[in-house]
Amino acid sequence: MNRKQERSPLVPVPSGFLMREEDVDKTPVLEIRHLGVDFGGLVAVEDFNMALGRTEIAGLIGPNGAGKTTVFNLLTNEIEPTRGIIMIDGYDTRGRKPHEICRMGVARTFQNIRLFRNMTVLENVKIGLHNEMKYSIGEAVLRLPRYWDNESISDMRALELLSFFNMQDMAGWKAGSLPYGAQRRLEIVRALATNPSLLLLDEPAAGMNPSETVELMNNIRRIRDEFSIAILLIEHDMNLVMGVCDGIVVLNYGKIIAKGSPEDIMSDPVVIEAYLGKADQ
Amino acid sequence: MNLINHLINGIHVGSIYALVALGYNMVYGIVKLINFAHGDIIMAGAYVAFFALDAGMPTVVAVAASVAFCVVLGVIIEKVAYRPLRKSAKISLLITAIGISLLLENAAQKMFSATPRLFPKIIEGGFYIGERHISMTTVVTIIVSAVLMAGLTLFVKTTNAGKAMRAVSEDTEAAQLMGINVDKTISMTFAIGSGLAAIAAVLYCCSYPQVYPTMGALFGIKAFVAAVLGGIGSIPGAVVGGLMIGIAEALTKGYLSSMWADAIVFSFLIITLLLRPAGILGKKVVEKV
Repeated sequence: MNRKQERSPLVPVPSGFLMREEDVDKTPVLEIRHLGVDFGGLVAVEDFNMALGRTEIAGLIGPNGAGKTTVFNLLTNEIEPTRGIIMIDGYDTRGRKPHEICRMGVARTFQNIRLFRNMTVLENVKIGLHNEMKYSIGEAVLRLPRYWDNESISDMRALELLSFFNMQDMAGWKAGSLPYGAQRRLEIVRALATNPSLLLLDEPAAGMNPSETVELMNNIRRIRDEFSIAILLIEHDMNLVMGVCDGIVVLNYGKIIAKGSPEDIMSDPVVIEAYLGKADQ
Repeated sequence: MNLINHLINGIHVGSIYALVALGYNMVYGIVKLINFAHGDIIMAGAYVAFFALDAGMPTVVAVAASVAFCVVLGVIIEKVAYRPLRKSAKISLLITAIGISLLLENAAQKMFSATPRLFPKIIEGGFYIGERHISMTTVVTIIVSAVLMAGLTLFVKTTNAGKAMRAVSEDTEAAQLMGINVDKTISMTFAIGSGLAAIAAVLYCCSYPQVYPTMGALFGIKAFVAAVLGGIGSIPGAVVGGLMIGIAEALTKGYLSSMWADAIVFSFLIITLLLRPAGILGKKVVEKV
C-alpha cells in the first residue's frame, strides 16, 4: 500500500487552484481552461478554470442549479463544451466520445444511482472491467481457453474490488435489490473498475445519515490513498466537503465565485452570501 | 389431421416467428425502436438465398451468403438511417423505419418484379412416427431455431459483448461512461438480429416456397405481434410469443379456417395490449422524467 502519512502543503498554481506541492511538477490529472457551455441563449457555465493534482481530493459546491452537474457532464463529454479546453493527463478531450473519455481515465458516479439494476453486483463491476477483457466473439462462442482465462481473471479482479468495501459476499445479488448505501458503494466500485486516474463523485453522501457520511469520508480518503487517484466531488453535506477536500471550488450561476482551501472558503463572505443571501442592513 | 399434428406445425412456424421476434426485441431493448424494416430484411435474405441456390451454389453457401448480406444490410440501415436520429424524438425514428421498409419493398419490386419466384426444395423427405408423418423441414426448423435461441441466450448472459448489450439496454449513458462503445454495441445488435432474420427467411422459404418483394410485410408484422405478446425487449419473451402465435395460427387453420388465422393473431395482440400492455414476460417500464 502506498498510503501517504504526511501530505505536502498546498501551493497555488497558475490556474488559480491550490495543489499539493508534490504534485506541482507533474502533469495535472485534470486541467480546465476557460470552460463554458451555452444551452440555447442561456449561459450555463462560464469561464471555468481549475487544475487537479494527481492525488488531490477537490470539492465542487454551490447552490442548487449552479451548474455543478453540468461541469461533470462536460468533463465526460456527455455535453460538448461551447468554449474552453479540458485536459485529462495532459490530453485534450475535445471531440472524444464518452466511452473514450472513460478509457482516458475518468470515471464517475451519479447523483441518482444508475446501476444496471437487473444485473448482478458482480456483473456490474465486470461492466467496469469491460475494456480489460481481451477475447473475440468467436472465442467466446467456442469457449476457447482465452475466454475462460479472461473471465476468471475479471471475476477475481471484480471480487477484489468489491472486497474494498467488504461487499464480496453480495456478488451474486441483483444490484437493484441491494440496500441503498450498498448501491452507492457499488457505484463507486464499478467506477473504480474502469481503472480511472480521476474519479468524479456526484453527491456521494446524498441520503446518508451522519454516521454513514463519516464512513464515506474515510472511504474517500482510502480510495485516494490505495488507488492513488484524484477525486472531484459534488456535495451539499458541508461536513463531508470540509472534512475530506484539499481544495474547494464554489460555483454560482455557472461562474466560479471562490476557490481555495476549506478554511478560506468557510470564511469567504462571497460564499456565505451565495448560500445565505445578503444580510439586510 | 389431429391435435398433435397441429401442435407440431404450430411449433414449426412459431420457432420461425420467434427468430424474427428476437430481432425486434433485441433492437427494441437497445435503442427503443420498433424496427419496421426488420420484416423486409427477411425478404432480402430470401432473395439472396434464392439467387445463390439458383446459381447452383450448395445450400450451406447460400445460407451463409444470405446471412452475410442481411448482417451488412442491417448494420448499414442502422448507420445511415437510425444513428443520425438517435437523439431525436422517437417518432422520427419510427417514421424512418417505416420509410426504410417501404424503400426496401419497392426497390425489390423494381429490381426483381412483383412476380413470386419459386424457392427450390433444399430439405427433402421425412419420416413416420407410428402413423404420423413428420417432414424433415419441420425437424430442421425446430432444431436450428432452438440451437440459435440457446446460443443467443448464452451469448447475452455470459460474454463480455453480451453483457455490454445488456448494460446499454438498461442505461445507455451509464454504459458509455463505463467505457462501453455504444455505437459498436448497437451495430452488433443489428447484425445479430439481421443474421437471425436471414436464417428465419431460409427456414420460412422451406415451408412456404415463394419469394416476392412484400413477403416480409405481413410475416414481419406477425413476428412483431409475437414480440409484443411475449414482452417487447425481452429475449425469452420473443421465444414464448413466437411459439404462442405459431400454435394459435396452426390450431385456427386446423379447426376453424385458414381465413381466420390472421384475424386470430391480431386479436391476440389486441387482447394482450388490453390485459398486459407489457406482454407476458415484459417488465413494466416506469418512464423517468
